[in-house]
Amino acid sequence: MTSLFVAAGDPLYASGLNWITLVIVLIKIIFSFAVCMGAVTLMIWFERKVISDMQSRIGPNRAGPFGLLQTLADGIKLFFKEDLIPEQSDRFVFKLAPYLSVVPALVIFAVVPFGGVVTIAGRSIDLQVADPPIGILLVLAMSAIGVYGIMLAGWASGSKYPLLSGVRASAQMISYEAALGMTVVTVVMMTGSLSTRAIVNSQAGAIWHWNLIRLGFIPAIIFIIAVIAETNRPPFDVVEAESELVGGFNTEYSSIRFALFYLAEFMNTITMSAVIVTLFFGGPDGYNPFGHYGSIFMPIVWFVVKTIAFCYFFVWLRGALPRMRYDKLMDLGWKRLIPVSLGWLLIVAGFMVNGWWGVGLALAVIAAGFGLARAFKIGADLEDRDQAVLPPVGRRPVPPRLLRRLTDGDPQGGVQ
Amino acid sequence: MTSLLATTVAIPDVIVFAAGAVMIMIGALGVITSRNPVHAALSLILTLFGIAVLFIEQQADFLAAVQVIVYAGAIVVLFLFVIMFLGVDRNEDLDAEPLAGQRSMAFVIVLMAVGAIIALGAEAHWVVGPHSVSGVPGGPYQNVYNLGRSVFTTYLFAFEATAALLVIAVVGAVVLARRSGAANAEQPDGQPENEEVAS
Repeated sequence: MTSLFVAAGDPLYASGLNWITLVIVLIKIIFSFAVCMGAVTLMIWFERKVISDMQSRIGPNRAGPFGLLQTLADGIKLFFKEDLIPEQSDRFVFKLAPYLSVVPALVIFAVVPFGGVVTIAGRSIDLQVADPPIGILLVLAMSAIGVYGIMLAGWASGSKYPLLSGVRASAQMISYEAALGMTVVTVVMMTGSLSTRAIVNSQAGAIWHWNLIRLGFIPAIIFIIAVIAETNRPPFDVVEAESELVGGFNTEYSSIRFALFYLAEFMNTITMSAVIVTLFFGGPDGYNPFGHYGSIFMPIVWFVVKTIAFCYFFVWLRGALPRMRYDKLMDLGWKRLIPVSLGWLLIVAGFMVNGWWGVGLALAVIAAGFGLARAFKIGADLEDRDQAVLPPVGRRPVPPRLLRRLTDGDPQGGVQ
Repeated sequence: MTSLLATTVAIPDVIVFAAGAVMIMIGALGVITSRNPVHAALSLILTLFGIAVLFIEQQADFLAAVQVIVYAGAIVVLFLFVIMFLGVDRNEDLDAEPLAGQRSMAFVIVLMAVGAIIALGAEAHWVVGPHSVSGVPGGPYQNVYNLGRSVFTTYLFAFEATAALLVIAVVGAVVLARRSGAANAEQPDGQPENEEVAS
């Protein structure tokens, strides 16, 4: 009917746009939204239960069987709490920020294929909310927008610690976006399409078709690390480091706005797990022993199982690893992940041309790696040269003399 | 008025265009009327989103995605970063003009520009440019393919030259930043750094 929808490859729009199509799209949207909300409540319960198990605690066990309704109880409690807006805050931005956090987390889920293609009433329907031609770029765009929620929340609170947290968040998320994008490029290069449905289809069939194995594990590992940093989850949660920043960007928030940040965080965990599964673990691909009918529900089961596995992995990391120091975090992003992902991108591109190019580029990347390591070494020596009192926190710590005066209470700053 | 609707347009196209145009206009007005720099930056994001919507309407999907990722996602974040770091997020005194006669000059130039655009539009055609110039939409998912083709074959030199220019700019910025940083670091509070280490 119109140029706008012809460009989309979704088979739903093949016969044009009419009210039945609109109803189907609406059902898909509402269904996905409901599932996401339900999944978030379960995810919060799941995380609390698993973490308590790892720490030899019992965890929530009062509301409902196994404490399943604890999240609901918390939500109701938060909803009826007093909604405070600090006097120093920027009221409009303060109110806007939670929504800027939640919406991108939900939108990302729209491009994730959570099942195969089903045929209902003569229409073949993709089991995903939308399959736009830009596909995976929407994930990158939305995770870029997600920065604003945290950053503006920190700034609008009109308070020091949230502001520090907001600045950390913006620096951290922008840094890791580069590595994230670079690994997505390797996947896109292998697939030859940006569409998430095409990415999933190209991995179908067998486990060695999964991008995890086809691309040689490194991009998947980098992507997972970058995703953890992008969602501000432990061990990269310097944005809400309680020991340094009180509560981080959401210190001044209360009531339902705080609940929205909480929701966004867990929603991000789920959607990013789903994106990892889509990009590297075949999405809904998996073994189907049930023939024709199995081909409808087994993909969904596989998708859910894989996504839950990654949710568990994230919780596990939180239970196992201590928080990283902020400068180490930035070092990891800029000096390790970005060069490695860039090098691996070149190697994969070389091997896609032919073997000789691949070997040649691999050698070139290794040589460049040595050069880069040498450069980092020289840079680190220059930087740490004069700082012997305490290990530096951040690039330019307090001058040692002032630090000594502050910590030891020695007005002379002299020798002990 | 006939030139306004010289070609037949589909209703959804018009709706999308109107939505995008409203977003752009509200954002643009917000950028110049907000007294708070952060609010102005947020209005700029709204404008960039509106432009992304218009890109999609023109079937430039890839450009729309890049618009959001690069401009809304990175550049405005850097603006905000600087605003937050430098603490200029206070209401500026807007009464004093930095340059004499700046406001009246700006008014005249804007009037001239708008007049020129209207004259050009009335002369030629209201809708400037056909759909999908760089890559003919040959079906689903062709936009990115065609764009990639033309960037890496026909326009390879311009593309690489732009990339080289950006690298040079980045290196230059780093060199300048480090030089001034080293000069400041020599005197944190009136003394060279080496002294503390010795004590």
